[in-house]
Amino acid sequence: MVSSQNESNLLSSEGDSQRTQYPYVTGTSVIGIKYKDGILMAADMGGSYGSTIRYKSVERLKQVGKHSLIGASGEISDFQEILRYLDELILHDNMWDDGNSLGPKEVHNYLTRVMYNRRNKFDPLWNSLVLGGVKNGQKYLGSVSMIGVHFEDDHVATGFGNHLARPILREEWREDLTFEEGVKLLEKCMRNLLYRDRSAVNKMQIAKITEEGLTISEPYSLKTFWNFAAFKNPTVGAEGSW
Amino acid sequence: MFRNQYDTDVTTWSPAGRLFQVEYAMEAVKQGSAAIGLRSKTHAVLACVNKANSELSSHQKKIFKVDDHIGVAIAGLTADGRVLSRYMRSECINYGYTYESPLPVGRLVVQLADKAQVCTQRSWKRPYGVGLLVAGLDESGAHLYYNCPSGNYFEYQAFAIGSRSQAAKTYLERKFEKFQESSRDDLIKDALFAIRETLQGEKLTSTVCTIAVVGVGEAFNILDQAAVQALINEFEISGEEVPATESVAEEAAGGASADQGGAAAEEEAAPMDI
Repeated sequence: MVSSQNESNLLSSEGDSQRTQYPYVTGTSVIGIKYKDGILMAADMGGSYGSTIRYKSVERLKQVGKHSLIGASGEISDFQEILRYLDELILHDNMWDDGNSLGPKEVHNYLTRVMYNRRNKFDPLWNSLVLGGVKNGQKYLGSVSMIGVHFEDDHVATGFGNHLARPILREEWREDLTFEEGVKLLEKCMRNLLYRDRSAVNKMQIAKITEEGLTISEPYSLKTFWNFAAFKNPTVGAEGSW
Repeated sequence: MFRNQYDTDVTTWSPAGRLFQVEYAMEAVKQGSAAIGLRSKTHAVLACVNKANSELSSHQKKIFKVDDHIGVAIAGLTADGRVLSRYMRSECINYGYTYESPLPVGRLVVQLADKAQVCTQRSWKRPYGVGLLVAGLDESGAHLYYNCPSGNYFEYQAFAIGSRSQAAKTYLERKFEKFQESSRDDLIKDALFAIRETLQGEKLTSTVCTIAVVGVGEAFNILDQAAVQALINEFEISGEEVPATESVAEEAAGGASADQGGAAAEEEAAPMDI
């Protein structure tokens, strides 16, 4: 009696359960920065299905409890799962009804544990997350990757944002950015991503979290400029090309 | 309290609505040697009487550090106290691991109380025979809680448990109004005075008592014997006169077992410690 399910396989968890092999519907970069009054985060609203931009109204920035804001890139269904975990976490935190509440640092670390544990089971939640917030005047901004690598910094980004946005932030981020300056800086980064990241869409949201509370903006688009001389007659130097 | 036909099982109610086994467990707390706690806005102090059984033996450990920001003093069955301290340490570590943040004292105390309650509602268990004074620090300042074998918990500005604790309580009742704004050293001084009250005329030295402190900027730590003796000398507390106010009021340890009740001031036959 041979049961193929009993094949010992280092990479499967139990019996015939699966592990996440690759993502299907994905969101692209998220960028987060600290500014004078709190945290600003930006993400576009695209949900790509491979190379198709399948969904164009995906909200990738969400509130977590009283003090935190999460932004996610990667597999959207896994992000929805994470939101369910966070929902339950905040619910139980509120049920204590004792004046204590989980701040952004605690939520960030909880997420790190969750992501790392899944990674150890070879069944990751295929996301890179940005977690920011303000509690008792303390600003906090961190990120967690799908393998549980976590950072805390003044500005963070996921995916392509790390390569295209962070160099801009390294040059231009300052400790006491005003809200307007922060938004302008984020828009500069998002515009860069829009030009260069093929999975970016021109419909984004910016979220702001301060001691007072959280606001996520209505979706809007960035102005782009394509009127470069080189684009006017692109094949002029390459006969026979198309 | 006298034996009756409803006191064999913890899961048997008496007709008057009491759980005698739980009340007997609270008696065990009253037989243990005294433990005292008090707190200000920024600090909390625990103190306890530590008598060795004989000259040959060492003192029983009655104050436990649970985490950098929480400590506990026990009275009653010290073995039960040790086990509960281990549980508290475990909870603190697990919370710290998941959230990188100290477990709020108020939550630990509720978990402890829920754990104690379980033992009052299972026929195959017995209540923990130990009272715990939990001193800790969280975002809202210093806190002192008392956890009782019944599964109840209360927050206090100052409290005393164990044998002859009524004497200490009387002292604390006189002074507690100024504790909130007291300095760390004044709190320790008041703790030492309160301990002295429970000693009924015996000399207060650092060999019979233990002091621990936790506060803003100060992790929970047990003061060493030399430091305590220095404080006793400084405050000139060692004096051997009998305390002026002796509490005579005897509160029947009855009433609904849901109430912790005041410690009965039966001063006569209590053995020193367990």
